[in-house]
Amino acid sequence: MNDLNAEKNQILSRRIIFIIIANLLAFVVIITRLYYLQVVQADKYKMMSDENRISTRFLLPPRGMIYDRNGEIVAKNVQNFQALLLPEQTKNAEDTLTKFEEIIPLTETERSRIMKEINGNKKFIPIKLKDNLKWKEVAKILLNAPDLPGVEINEGLSRYYPMGDIYAHILGYVGPISDNDKKDNPLYMVPGFKIGKAGLEKFYDYKLQGKSGTVKLEVNAFGRVMKEIERQAGVEGESLILTVDSRLQKAAIEAFGDNSGAAVVLDVKTGEILAMVSVPSFDPNLFTNGISYKHWSELLNNERNPLINKAVSGQYSPGSTFKIVVALAALESGIINADTRYYCNGAMKVGASRFHCWRHVGHGSLNVVEALKYSCDIFFYETALRIGIDKIHDMALKLGLGMPLNVGLDNEKSGLIPSKSWKKAVQGVQWTKGDSANSGIGQGYVLVTPLQLATMLARVVSGGYEIKPTFIRKSVSKKNKTKRLKIATRNIELVKQGMYEVVNGVGGTARRARFNLDGIRMGGKTGTTQVRRISMRERRSGIIRDENLPWNLRNHAWFMGYAPTDNPRYAVAVIVEHGSSGSGVAAPIAGAILQEAIKLDIK
Amino acid sequence: MYRFESSSQDDWRNKISQLNFIYVFLIILLAIIGTFTLYSAANGNWQPWAFKHILRFAVSLVLMFALALVDFRKYYKGAYWFYFITLMLLLVVEISGHIGMGAQRWIDLKLFKIQPSELMKIGMVLFMARYFSSATVQGIRSVRGIIIPAFMTILPVILIATEPDLGTSLMVLITAGVMFFVAGVQWWKFALIAASVAGSLPILWNFLHEYQQNRILTFLNPERDPLGAGYHIIQSKIAFGSGGILGKGFLHGTQTHLNFLPEKHTDFIFTMFSEEFGLLGSLSLLFLNILLLAMGYVFAFRTRNYFARMTIIGLNTNYFLYVFINMAMVMGVLPVVGVPLPLISYGGTVMFSIMASFGLILCMSIAPSKNM
Repeated sequence: MNDLNAEKNQILSRRIIFIIIANLLAFVVIITRLYYLQVVQADKYKMMSDENRISTRFLLPPRGMIYDRNGEIVAKNVQNFQALLLPEQTKNAEDTLTKFEEIIPLTETERSRIMKEINGNKKFIPIKLKDNLKWKEVAKILLNAPDLPGVEINEGLSRYYPMGDIYAHILGYVGPISDNDKKDNPLYMVPGFKIGKAGLEKFYDYKLQGKSGTVKLEVNAFGRVMKEIERQAGVEGESLILTVDSRLQKAAIEAFGDNSGAAVVLDVKTGEILAMVSVPSFDPNLFTNGISYKHWSELLNNERNPLINKAVSGQYSPGSTFKIVVALAALESGIINADTRYYCNGAMKVGASRFHCWRHVGHGSLNVVEALKYSCDIFFYETALRIGIDKIHDMALKLGLGMPLNVGLDNEKSGLIPSKSWKKAVQGVQWTKGDSANSGIGQGYVLVTPLQLATMLARVVSGGYEIKPTFIRKSVSKKNKTKRLKIATRNIELVKQGMYEVVNGVGGTARRARFNLDGIRMGGKTGTTQVRRISMRERRSGIIRDENLPWNLRNHAWFMGYAPTDNPRYAVAVIVEHGSSGSGVAAPIAGAILQEAIKLDIK
Repeated sequence: MYRFESSSQDDWRNKISQLNFIYVFLIILLAIIGTFTLYSAANGNWQPWAFKHILRFAVSLVLMFALALVDFRKYYKGAYWFYFITLMLLLVVEISGHIGMGAQRWIDLKLFKIQPSELMKIGMVLFMARYFSSATVQGIRSVRGIIIPAFMTILPVILIATEPDLGTSLMVLITAGVMFFVAGVQWWKFALIAASVAGSLPILWNFLHEYQQNRILTFLNPERDPLGAGYHIIQSKIAFGSGGILGKGFLHGTQTHLNFLPEKHTDFIFTMFSEEFGLLGSLSLLFLNILLLAMGYVFAFRTRNYFARMTIIGLNTNYFLYVFINMAMVMGVLPVVGVPLPLISYGGTVMFSIMASFGLILCMSIAPSKNM
């Protein structure tokens, strides 16, 4: 027995050594692994551990305020409670959403947007459930918080435009980021973050946005915030001071009454835009939190196009207002001078067709000042034919037509100033004499925007300075640096004399709109442009009176005016869409706006 | 009568004085470390784990001493009985598991729960120790001589595996295997078994439950399911790694306290300890365990009593497997098979069974070399 056990004990002792070695080898594996995890890969796992526990959220900076030139607030931020859903903090985001709906009803569109974001976004990006919650709704949500995992109330800021539709087209509006403008800026992922979608809000978006702050929170595995680790405050967006005078802006809108159109008032000395209106307008506050379909389709289907800023996006034939350009081009080129006279008998032959003056009986013999005063067409047909389209084109461009002026608004149109090469290139046919004649009275191919026309007028009445319209107030030193255009002062004086006569002269086309405010008078030029073509037959049978046409076939009415006439300060361009008559409809509106500007004595 | 009592008392005193108190001290030290780790796991609270843990330890410490003082011959005599009763209990669990629903690992005796698979770890060791001590060298080397112990191994292993408790059944299997090996079963037989197991792996695979298959697949590639089954192991590795060399400090393990780490008080307690005490802490804890195991092997060398030596080897191997499998699985070296870290992890059954096995080791360590 003992011998037997002795042999077995020997075997046992030998083999225990193997077991001990096996144990040691196993612990070498453990030690190696510990070293690998806790030393070699420590940095990687430290980072992953921080990613686990630290949740970085953005703090939205308050958007920069916008003031008018008098310091009045035209865009500000108001407190806004919103309900957010944090998908990473709920087991089932859809369930939470359903429960949320039981408390706060959502529309079909809202629901589908949220569902899209739940399925599409990364889990850590909060989703906006509802904006602009009322106190009662906030209380309801907080009360039901245990049933709503992942729902959070966020106190944010939302944009508000205290003047509503008065500034709609200038400021534009802010709105939530849409699929099209998702960029790499992480700020854009923050729910409720709004960007400028139109107008100056869009153009100066970067400046107005400010810099976002961040807050680092420690969260547990269920996403519950345990404590705040670090907070870095954001930088408020820069504020913007506009050149616009809200009082003049309001007066301009009132002056239009029920008409559809646009007006631009410039400071002749500086190019500052004192007012820019496009009527009818809309309330940009509707857009801030997502516009309802009903409102949107109403705005979209309105034939007077409230959504379009006609002051920069509306392109119209300038009509007789263009005669200022033609006159200056002719005077500058020496083809005519102050004494050159043409005879108007009501019509003339150009090529194969007959061109009519608006006054069938004709104006008789007149010089350039009289031609402007009475807006004689024959004089300008003749002039245009003599100098040719290219000289007119050059002058028009010099005066700011035919190109965008880049004031920072969307869809600013460049208008159209035709030339021989343009027609050849675009239409593939030769420029004709008829084209020249038509251009001479601002019809045919010529297109301008109200902003361009106001700029053109400002450049002329300033005595030939390259006035550049702007919404941003310039420093005093910059004001004096305005470039002079190379236009002879005496020619400018002639044109100005013509415009003075238009309003103040007996028989001037806009005489009815004249005023005299302590010696301050207005000068200007009317324009009436056909929207339809008048056929030969209609001409024979008698042209249908404009009042008898449907609204959308009536003539557009233009007036551009300036005041005071002796030392021009304000220049205004007014278009009344289908207003029939420049002298009858547009001139009184321009007159009212200028009188208001003079009375306000804008600083 | 008086003489007997007095001699019995003298016997106890004598026995207690023979016990290795460094060994006992190591066990107490580990249990205290476990208590403080559980205190941290509850975010610095004695409830719900730390207090109960130290209380259980105190009770099972008494059990350990009691078992250590029993005459070792009683274990020899009772070895088969203990094995067969445990086997019966396993069958009861298996049958009631089939009648009842889902996994069933314990028998509820209202007062306490018996987990027969835990008992089997000791039962298997006692059975093998007794069997091999009465076997001849020739018998051990023959195929016929190991048929019975092989059968007695396979039966409980299958029963435990179908509970299903893969971790425990593997531990029982390996423990029995180690005892076969030290008894002197030839190398080539192990090689043969290993080869045939490897060959039948694809068939065994189909016997595994889907969640067991998933655990193995996830172990092979944790990124397979980073939010589901792989989540635990990824979070555990993050906890280890972010602990670095010095650790985040007691009560400051973010992975644990922010609940990213699952099962931090049971299977993943080593992870939590390592996150808070870093590489230095985990190596220290490992070293304490190695020391405890080393002392066990020293006991096995010191006695010449074959049954005692075999019992010590078997129970030491069992403890080694606990420590190794637990540490390896929480570090992603082995699949997560649900093996706790004894003395540290929270849990009554393992505490009692491991303390019982320490009691047996202590008892065997002072067994006289002869006089069976």
